[in-house]
Amino acid sequence: MSITDARANDKANDKIVLHGRKVVGGVAEGEALVTRDTISGWGGINEREGTVIERRHELRGVSFKDKILVFPGAKGSSGYSAYFHMTRLNKVAPRAMIFVKMTTKAALGAVVTHAPAVTDLDRNPLDVIETGDWVRVDGDIGIVEVTKKGGAAT
Amino acid sequence: MKLTDAEKAMLDGREGPARQKAMDLLMRYGEALGAERLVETNNVAGAFNASTPSVRELVKRGFDAVYSELNLDSQEVVPIPRMAVNTCQLITGIDNDMWQTQGIPQELVEQQKRAEAHFGGLGINMFATCTPYQVGNVPVKGEHCAWMESSAVVYCNSVLGARTNTEGKESTGAAALTGRIPYWGFHIPENRRGNYRVVVETEVDDIMDWGLLGYWLGEIVQEEIPVLTGAMRQPSLIKLKHFGAAAASSGGVEMYHIPGVTPEARDEDEAFGGNRIIDTLHYGPAERRLAYERLNCATDRNVDFVMLGCPHNAIEQVWRVASLLEGKKLHPNVQLWVHTPRALREVAQRNGYVKMITDAGGVVMSDTCPAISRYAPKGTRVIATDSAKQAHYLPAILGIPVWFGTVTECVDAALTGRWNGGLQ
Repeated sequence: MSITDARANDKANDKIVLHGRKVVGGVAEGEALVTRDTISGWGGINEREGTVIERRHELRGVSFKDKILVFPGAKGSSGYSAYFHMTRLNKVAPRAMIFVKMTTKAALGAVVTHAPAVTDLDRNPLDVIETGDWVRVDGDIGIVEVTKKGGAAT
Repeated sequence: MKLTDAEKAMLDGREGPARQKAMDLLMRYGEALGAERLVETNNVAGAFNASTPSVRELVKRGFDAVYSELNLDSQEVVPIPRMAVNTCQLITGIDNDMWQTQGIPQELVEQQKRAEAHFGGLGINMFATCTPYQVGNVPVKGEHCAWMESSAVVYCNSVLGARTNTEGKESTGAAALTGRIPYWGFHIPENRRGNYRVVVETEVDDIMDWGLLGYWLGEIVQEEIPVLTGAMRQPSLIKLKHFGAAAASSGGVEMYHIPGVTPEARDEDEAFGGNRIIDTLHYGPAERRLAYERLNCATDRNVDFVMLGCPHNAIEQVWRVASLLEGKKLHPNVQLWVHTPRALREVAQRNGYVKMITDAGGVVMSDTCPAISRYAPKGTRVIATDSAKQAHYLPAILGIPVWFGTVTECVDAALTGRWNGGLQ
């Protein structure tokens, strides 16, 4: 498919395409789980269930297992990567990660989760993607395709 | 990333499979960050212990398997050689002596002791504290480090002027075997300059107030670099330890400047270094109250567990608690745990502070804390602590509400079983 065809195809499917850069390669798609709150790994998630546990976090009690996790970035303890690492070993990790602010925690956490991850997108993913949207992440080329829930996609 | 010949040799496996896996991880991590190269480090502080139930299955496959998976992100098990550079262990989940009081199953204790013997033999110094800078690992200004532990990282960068990002279990594992870490973030001088101005308008002097200021500030600036001016009295190690831990809990602060106090800020101009200032924040009585209210989530004033020493107490903090308890007895419904690094516990023992605390019915713990171990005394319903960091994390980790206040208020709660604290 040529780029022109692809664009026409995207438009027909009412897809929004964001361009960024690779953090971790690979391709994954799934339902988006979006938060405007930064995420703490150690002390912020339950690594056996894949849920957010932080008090006053808007996703408290919500599972990110198999979701495309869209979030501003990492915060808190340096145990961030170890806890996302354990979500992978416990098979409750997100299917992909899209985040805004690059930090060592966010980078290492994504690397050891072994799930496709992108950042530095040309539009703020938190403004474009909503929870429940269908999202495809191509980590290798840094492309995110968003199909809005209840949109024209068939 | 651009590698030196020595780094290429490691990546090619010429220095053995463990260093090859370590370099492979550093490459993936460095590229994820967008780093252009690695930097040499001879000071690594990480987490090499095996004290949690989650690693039980891995331990059965041996400690090489533990290190390969958890410290190198390698599913292939590789034999782990001695550490290439100075490396220490941070806080663990188990006090090697007081584990029965914690309520830890003996099997986990044996697992931790075997792990310590193994990794200790590879040259990992078992400081077993979140505050390595209190027990001899005090990097000098400009020294490149690879440290975990958010409260230690912010101390290392801001108070000591050494250079580290907040590393993780895997990157410190790789750094310990290679003496390398990505040259990114706080390793680069221009990234260490301030970009938020914070004007402190209400006096900040005691430990609790430093904690409140840090907790309020961290949530707003997240991982940016605040420059603090105004009504702060001269701080000490203890106060900045507490301040940084709070700011790194509510947010991700890894560096701050206090002109005239911290080493990279002789004055405000040096602190900002010509940076554009994102915003100017004002900390007054309303902000102080907001932080206080956010930290205090308990409603029941009957307290049954008092936790002191996060980050691990300095010796003078242990002395303070011992002094407040001397000749008194804890309320029968309350348990009191005071946490200090094992090396300082030795001093506390020698000085009689441990006896003063235990005679009153309290416990002096080392190596761990309730947030890390996930153990509080059985049946705990309400916690009191003088630590903003524990007050932030314990409700999430243990599901138990917390009162936050001064050490005097906490000791009072331990003696009366009631929380009588409040914002003055």
